[in-house]
Amino acid sequence: MSALLDITNVTKNYGLKTALNNVTFSLEKGRILGLMGPNGSGKTTLLKVLSGVQHPASGEVIIDGKHVGVETKAMVSFLPDVNPLFSWMKAEDAIDFYKDFFADFDKVKCYELLDFMKLNRTQKVRSMSKGMIEKLNLSLVFSRKARLFLLDEPLGGVDPVARERIVSTIIKTYSEDSSIIISTHLVHDVETIFDDVCMINEGEIILQGSAEDLRSEHAMSIDQLYIKMFADKI
Amino acid sequence: MEFEDNVPIYLQIVVLIKKRIIQGLLKPGDKIPSVRELAEEVKVNPNTISRAYQELERDKITETKRGMGTFISGDENMMEAIRSEFSASMVTRFIRDMRETGFSDEEILKLLASAINTEGGK
Repeated sequence: MSALLDITNVTKNYGLKTALNNVTFSLEKGRILGLMGPNGSGKTTLLKVLSGVQHPASGEVIIDGKHVGVETKAMVSFLPDVNPLFSWMKAEDAIDFYKDFFADFDKVKCYELLDFMKLNRTQKVRSMSKGMIEKLNLSLVFSRKARLFLLDEPLGGVDPVARERIVSTIIKTYSEDSSIIISTHLVHDVETIFDDVCMINEGEIILQGSAEDLRSEHAMSIDQLYIKMFADKI
Repeated sequence: MEFEDNVPIYLQIVVLIKKRIIQGLLKPGDKIPSVRELAEEVKVNPNTISRAYQELERDKITETKRGMGTFISGDENMMEAIRSEFSASMVTRFIRDMRETGFSDEEILKLLASAINTEGGK
């Protein structure tokens, strides 16, 4: 296996506030990484840096051998934590919108995912619930033939049934050629789908490793380990 | 599927397959679900399922036929071995829990016997 993603000493500031401090990790091809940390820990900033939306103050991000930039943007599919769709759009408009934007977008796959998610293609975003919007966005993001998928809080504010659907979709979409990073603080609901785990606090990585190794080593679930790691920090 | 907290998930997948064997849901010669099928069914990372399957193959419980899938390879002896492995671990756990709670061995035996009688009378 080879590293699909290499992050070295990445630092990012917002004014005087340090959002990421000397973050270093790598992710191999075909792995699913859980990025965990409380609100404001730097998860979203890190994903934005990886997607190329934001630039680090210092450090290096390499995706599939290329420095983050125009070329890597074409390989990275990003689900932001805020809904990027216009409220007047129907699901099918959103699909056309993506099709125009991304050369690697697979419309047929997206309609399949929409059906699996039990979404109506003519429903407007305006009339959708939070869970439906999340499911629509996930369908769009997963319909690209990307190498790296970045999902920022895909489970936040979503009911348990929709959450199960989302988890199933992540497993369905998994391929040995691409990797997925999922940021979450709802650890319990998704920990079984992680290969690797990275816990981040105040912009610094405080724990990382293989999920199964951490379970054996600490004799607890990742959820329990998360609570232990952050109990005295929040 | 609910998983135990303190045991690696791939080992719990191994147990799941073994359980299906002794329950008769999977018999020698049967094809087991593909990695992807089981991953979707129990909502576990496909790499973790793969690792469990490697473990089963190493223990000669399954064998992979190229291009056809993975099959339960064992015979009656293997079934018996898995049954005793399971019963031993369940009994050990029960006794440990009872002792920890403060029951004497004598009491444990008595309680077990009377519970079985009541169950049998149902």
